[in-house]
Amino acid sequence: MSILNHFLFIAFPYAAIAVFCVGVTYRYKYASFKISSLSSQFLEGRSLFWGSVPFHFGIIIVFFGHLIAFLFPAEQLLWNSHPVRLLIYEATSLAFGFCVLMGLSVLFVRRLVNPRIRAVTNKMDIFLEILLLVQVVFGCSIALGYRWGSSWFASDLSPYLWSIVKLNPQIEAVSVMPWVIQAHIVGAFMIVFIFPFTRLVHILVAPFHYIIRPYQLVIWNRDRKTIRDPNTEWVPKRPKNT
Amino acid sequence: MNVRSQVSMLFHLDKCIGCHTCSVACKNIWTDRKGSEYMWWNNVETKPGTGYPGKWEDQEIYKGGWQKKGDGIELKGAGKKRGLVNIFHNPNMPNIDDYYEPFTYKYLDLIESPEGHDQPTARPVSLITGKPIDIKMGPNWDDDLSGSPDYARNDPNLKELSPAEQEAMFQLERMAFYYLPRICNHCLNPACVAACPSGAIYKRGEDGVVLINQDVCRAWRMCVTACPYKKTYYNWHTGKSEKCILCYPRIEAGLAPACMHSCVGRIRYLGVMLYDADRIHEVASCDESALVKQQIDMIMDPFDSEVIASAKANGVTDSTIKAAQYSPTYKFVKEWNLALPLHPEYRTLPMLFYVPPLLPVMASMREINQDDQKEKLSSVSKKWDDNWLYDTSTEELWGSIEQARFPLKYLASLFSAGDEEKVKDRLKKMMAVRIYRRWKTVGDVTEEKAKHALRDVGLSTKMADDIYYLTALAKFEDRFVIPPAHREEAVELLEFTGDHKGEVGFGPSKSVQRGS
Ligand code: SF4
Ligand code: SF4
Repeated sequence: MSILNHFLFIAFPYAAIAVFCVGVTYRYKYASFKISSLSSQFLEGRSLFWGSVPFHFGIIIVFFGHLIAFLFPAEQLLWNSHPVRLLIYEATSLAFGFCVLMGLSVLFVRRLVNPRIRAVTNKMDIFLEILLLVQVVFGCSIALGYRWGSSWFASDLSPYLWSIVKLNPQIEAVSVMPWVIQAHIVGAFMIVFIFPFTRLVHILVAPFHYIIRPYQLVIWNRDRKTIRDPNTEWVPKRPKNT
Repeated sequence: MNVRSQVSMLFHLDKCIGCHTCSVACKNIWTDRKGSEYMWWNNVETKPGTGYPGKWEDQEIYKGGWQKKGDGIELKGAGKKRGLVNIFHNPNMPNIDDYYEPFTYKYLDLIESPEGHDQPTARPVSLITGKPIDIKMGPNWDDDLSGSPDYARNDPNLKELSPAEQEAMFQLERMAFYYLPRICNHCLNPACVAACPSGAIYKRGEDGVVLINQDVCRAWRMCVTACPYKKTYYNWHTGKSEKCILCYPRIEAGLAPACMHSCVGRIRYLGVMLYDADRIHEVASCDESALVKQQIDMIMDPFDSEVIASAKANGVTDSTIKAAQYSPTYKFVKEWNLALPLHPEYRTLPMLFYVPPLLPVMASMREINQDDQKEKLSSVSKKWDDNWLYDTSTEELWGSIEQARFPLKYLASLFSAGDEEKVKDRLKKMMAVRIYRRWKTVGDVTEEKAKHALRDVGLSTKMADDIYYLTALAKFEDRFVIPPAHREEAVELLEFTGDHKGEVGFGPSKSVQRGS
């Protein structure tokens, strides 16, 4: 058992993170063409709305819910010390969890049923969607069955995750957790593991820079203004391109 | 002043014969790949008609282009706020059925079917799913279908016309149509560039060609909504958007783009125009009635020494300035004021100009008594029992334009944001040149009348001769004045095009696997 635990909670997370880093860097640098959200709205738009919108907004909130408890466990516990605040936090997370569940189910059915969407689906898409579905179902049932998740996540799981980050893994706490939670943890690292090989990479190129960039974009092959200036000395530098 | 150069286009609609050679040339070179079967970077539509994709001009549906907001402008259906909020589902995006589902036929069935009682048939199959489909729409489904209830009568440009005017337009005897070839306008204020959240779309500084970097596009699909002309297309297979690249590899080599090179009617002209880039925002935000005039105003005189100095300071090469001085588009657009942009009210400042069609406008139908004529016919000849005369005479000077069977209002809604005077002005000039040439060649018009016609529209005989030459006789070199890219830039054009700007528009540079 302990070997299995060591594998699942130490070796596998590290492997997943390594694969994630190398894979994502490689893909961005050498196969940027293959990074795309691969939207299928063009082929089918109506049911996509009922899937994509609740799924995406839901998962963003749920993700940040986890992230906060991971990054700021003390503050989280402080917040949770008041029952009303705890309830607000838990209820919101759960509600958005259900959003994800609903959205993902719609997306999954759409992917299987619509022949046009089938045409742009590969095995990895199906695998990923099943993995996400299982993960969300586990997540929601944990939130319902093991209260209050935000508190024990902050007190027990956050230290575990930090121990991974600090290269000094402490798995005593996770080893004794109920199997659903363990499965949820392994599932999470599984997602990290396959991340670079899936369409999930589009998360990393979310276009936040759009907010600050000017609307129009002009690119010159070479910046003739400086090149023509006799005072600029020639350097084998690439053109400025703005 | 901040003078830049733009490779601009001019289509002479009177000459387009609707042969679609241009579309086919483009398709064979650029869009015969998987996922792009439905795309026609160059398409030719019949007007009145709904066009491609259906009703693309109806911005209540597609929310393309810019709209006025206070003193400035904003994107109608995209932009920083709307674009990012709607990124998971874009409510104004056309889908494949608005274009058509691409299909082929199972030709092999004709050969390989087992023996049976019936002739084998080649059934249509979808190029997306591979399954048999009932074809509902195809490329140029609406070709030549003026007057038809599904297409012509749903033309968004008819909105301004009263029901009576519409009826009159579609009476069988009066019915007319013309062709509208369309490519990307390589706008000065491109909505597609502004709408791209990834910043994948850009305008080239040197020649103004608007391109999508295939390595940076992430399928956020906002350009498809934002381009009011629907000239960016989403490739459902690669998950990247694509658009007309104005055959930039050919332009860089000084060759005409494929659609223009192959144009059978020789309606297409390509040349450089110098413009003042500092004025883009101001012009794009000006009053709707002033849009056309302002846009033409911002095109600069390539002979003016100040303009040349500013262009040079900006790095515009001498060869480009020289090309601008010989530019056929400059002559049509600025010198002769014969051309208009398509739907200037979208405020993208399109750099593809059209000479509006005179022919469908000019001819009129008159009722006359043909009984005398009929008596003269021999017994075997076919006799028409109606009394209509298809009249293209130039008897009355301007009467026919005003009482044209094609309401000017309709043309105005396409080419001048509803200002009939501007269209009339162009048409009258063309008519004047016609009358003038008629005096010269046929001789049934007096010199006095011909000169009078020219004077009326403010053309000199020299101008009329030039217009005639460039319209009717122009050789290849007259129609296309393209400065090739410079040798010393070869490195940037080749090497840096690859790693800075992505394999633009060439489609997959690596083999594609969906989902991964
Ligand atoms: S016409 Fe071309 S340049 Fe203009 S907005 Fe559309 S795609 Fe962009
Ligand atoms: S090739 Fe020329 S004449 Fe033929 S349809 Fe195209 S634009 Fe018109």
